[in-house]
Amino acid sequence: MSVEEKSLPPKLPKSYRLESKPHKFCPGCGHGSVLRAIAESIDELGIQDKVVYGCDIGCSLLSWDFFNVDSVQAHHGRTTPVITGIKRANPEVIGIAYMGDGGGYAIGSQHLVNAANRNEKITVFLVNNANYGMTGGQMAPTTLPSQKTETSPYGRDVELTGQPFLGPEMVAAITSEGAYVARGTVSNYIQMKKYVKKALENQMAGKGFSFVEILAGCPTNWRTDAKSTWSYIENDMANYFKVGEYKVPAKEE
Amino acid sequence: MAAKPIQGEKRVFMTGNEVIAWAALAAQVDVMYGYPITPQNEIMHYWTRLAPKHDKTFLQTEDELSAGFTTVGGVLAGRKCFTATAGPGNTLMQEPFSMAEMMRIPVVAVIQQRGGPSTATVIYSQQEVTLTTFGGNGEGHRIVYSPSNHQELFDYTIKSFNTAWKYRFPTFLLGDGYQAKMREPLVMYDPEERGIELVKPEVTLGNGMEKGKYNHVRNTFNTEEELYEIVTSMEEEYQRVAPEIIEHQEYNCEGELDVLVIAHGVVSRAAQAAINLFSAEGKAVGHFRPITLRPFPTNELRATAQRAKKILIVESAVGQLGKLVKEALFGLPIDADYLYRPGVGITSDEIVEKVNSIRK
Repeated sequence: MSVEEKSLPPKLPKSYRLESKPHKFCPGCGHGSVLRAIAESIDELGIQDKVVYGCDIGCSLLSWDFFNVDSVQAHHGRTTPVITGIKRANPEVIGIAYMGDGGGYAIGSQHLVNAANRNEKITVFLVNNANYGMTGGQMAPTTLPSQKTETSPYGRDVELTGQPFLGPEMVAAITSEGAYVARGTVSNYIQMKKYVKKALENQMAGKGFSFVEILAGCPTNWRTDAKSTWSYIENDMANYFKVGEYKVPAKEE
Repeated sequence: MAAKPIQGEKRVFMTGNEVIAWAALAAQVDVMYGYPITPQNEIMHYWTRLAPKHDKTFLQTEDELSAGFTTVGGVLAGRKCFTATAGPGNTLMQEPFSMAEMMRIPVVAVIQQRGGPSTATVIYSQQEVTLTTFGGNGEGHRIVYSPSNHQELFDYTIKSFNTAWKYRFPTFLLGDGYQAKMREPLVMYDPEERGIELVKPEVTLGNGMEKGKYNHVRNTFNTEEELYEIVTSMEEEYQRVAPEIIEHQEYNCEGELDVLVIAHGVVSRAAQAAINLFSAEGKAVGHFRPITLRPFPTNELRATAQRAKKILIVESAVGQLGKLVKEALFGLPIDADYLYRPGVGITSDEIVEKVNSIRK
């Protein structure tokens, strides 16, 4: 093996758009891992030419040209209806709605609830980093009790602002048969990738709404170093937001 | 392929909302996304009855935001797709309409105006002119037709889809509750039989590499300068095509005029009835009606208004048409008067009385 071959960078997924790499997320951000899991799943499932990928406003919008797939950047909270409109108008596509906890659980919650309840045949990936990243670290529906943010500077008071939003638990409760619901974490990439891929396979099988929340870090706004970022995801967040599969369609006989 | 919904010409007597549902079918529309709000509901009611028979689809969404954004999605998927709303629903839909403007997505929306702001009145007003012509954040690059009778509801519904897909600006059919609910005779027809070519929709998203490249549609710009470039070129494009889009009607506007009555939509009918009375008496009173409220027939109005001693702006709102007219006539030494009746209908007698009071 020549020196050049030895020094090649790691192989990037085929569905990555190389012109937009390296990506624009902050160092240590969780979006990169989640997007890589999506890209690898797209490659493995051979659906690159069928995917329509939609991202929200907020940090997720930085992925508007992340993949070599057809993609659209929607307004804050409105990615779910845009992808719903596309999927219903052309059921052949594989529709992915990608958003953060603000886009999915606050401003876009009515769309998430109703798309889930209608069992729309789309896949929603929601990255939960317990704060609003792009707007500067304000409190999110998923901010943990006592967690400090720009709009909860003394720590989130659940008496005043309620408990952190349990998305997969809610989606599992309101979806009907055929839905796939899971919560993964960037701190367990292999498991998270498995959930991401299963959520896409579920849509390909036409079974129902597919929803995966992924716990991720936001070191810039959390003001954490690598070690404490990881610790916050693996301990504080995962203690409250239980990782695992919440709803899996029955296997066909 | 299913038989065409309308074959030959068909004389019918129906409500405006029913006319629009039939016209959308005639225009070979594929999908409607909507949310109930009076007075546009029957568009959905008729569409949901007709759609399955003609292989068309519908989704009743959770709100108007969703109806607007699913419509955006349907258009991106390459389908002729529309929605309809009114009043507070129109307010909510300005967000998806803004996205459609900036991304040049040819959505079509029918707006059946009602009184503002919320449940003020659910039947009639002309109070959604400003919102429909300039609503949303951004610059308001959109096309707005204001029909005045049921035949025009049919004609301009079909035209709206052609205009939207030809020019790729969101296109609006601005009706009102009277037009929506009343019954009137008209002739329905298959546009292709009349030689009206239906502009074919194009797929933006969803056929991957078949287009030869992946599309990345966005509204996110890294710098103010990038946004400036895009908006400036959009404005140039809009101004370039505007003369092809602009439509207006002149009614007894020949020669020098004592009074020029300016009105749009259903109020134009009262204006024309009033003009008929003056005309029978040999009086020089004319009527100018903008059919496109945006782009506005500025040059046409300036030319005609300069032949009038006085103009009278008549509308069921407090100067929403008035603002468009004043902007169009800016700088001309013109004497203007108004008959503003927000939220209520206007009769020909009221216009006659007003014209007589200012004619001296």
